Amino acid sequence: MIPWERVGDTATTKIDRQEAAVLRGMVAGIEEMLKARQDEAPQDELAALTGIRTGSTIAPDDPILGRLLPDFYRLDAEDTPATKADRDSAAALRSLHEPELLDLKTGVAGVVLDTCPPGGGLVKLSLEQADAWLSAINDVRLALGTTLDVTEDMPDELPDDDPRAPHLGVYHWLTWMQESLIAALAGDEL
Amino acid sequence: MSTPVEQEQGRVEPIGSELVSEDKPWQTIVWNDPVNLMSYVTYVFQKLFGYSREQATKLMLDVHHKGRAIVSSGSKEKMEGDVARLHAAGLWATMQHES
Repeated sequence: MIPWERVGDTATTKIDRQEAAVLRGMVAGIEEMLKARQDEAPQDELAALTGIRTGSTIAPDDPILGRLLPDFYRLDAEDTPATKADRDSAAALRSLHEPELLDLKTGVAGVVLDTCPPGGGLVKLSLEQADAWLSAINDVRLALGTTLDVTEDMPDELPDDDPRAPHLGVYHWLTWMQESLIAALAGDEL
Repeated sequence: MSTPVEQEQGRVEPIGSELVSEDKPWQTIVWNDPVNLMSYVTYVFQKLFGYSREQATKLMLDVHHKGRAIVSSGSKEKMEGDVARLHAAGLWATMQHES
């Protein structure tokens, strides 16, 4: 892969076949998790009539989904334990906002899957699509970071006997790709 | 990241204060996390809130060094919207009543 370049209102790069396969695989994996969460949302006829959808009131058990779909209130502060009112309010806000958040996140995943050629090659994005890529790459990094238990001063490589070692390279590659795209986008306008 | 936060220590309010507290603005807080890139957080602050690069960078550095920063304040509804947009971008954001 070469660094992203912005020309006018497009961002371009070239991605090789294997990189495209890795990226598409991970984005599709996140999309699948998010869609499974969507399917768990309570179904009711009233929602179908009014168009006001309600999501789950309960935070996901899965740590990756938990990171992608945070609570609206800080419920884990040690000095000020959450009250019942805090928890009820967080549940209500989750139910209200989660359907749209899931739509947005599956939407950006879909943009990557639509615009990243499966066999590798030229990637050419509008600025809107480039922002979708940034969000989708970030979601994959959040998921990997959660799984790998990433810290701020994560080394470039882990000892060979660390089971996380092979995956860390992918994480760092995504970091590089995201940095490069931000630099390309922010270079001109921002 | 679970370090006690100064502002929240005084958050326990006497009974009956809820009526008064309706007038207080709400705040959107962004918390530090080990995954989000400094450049990305700055980019998101500029994009979502229209902050200058300088303002956005200062807020990002507050998140990075102090563990959190207040990135916007206003009505409860407005803060709900801000938190939702930050969640869409993948930042760890919550809202709270100003204390």
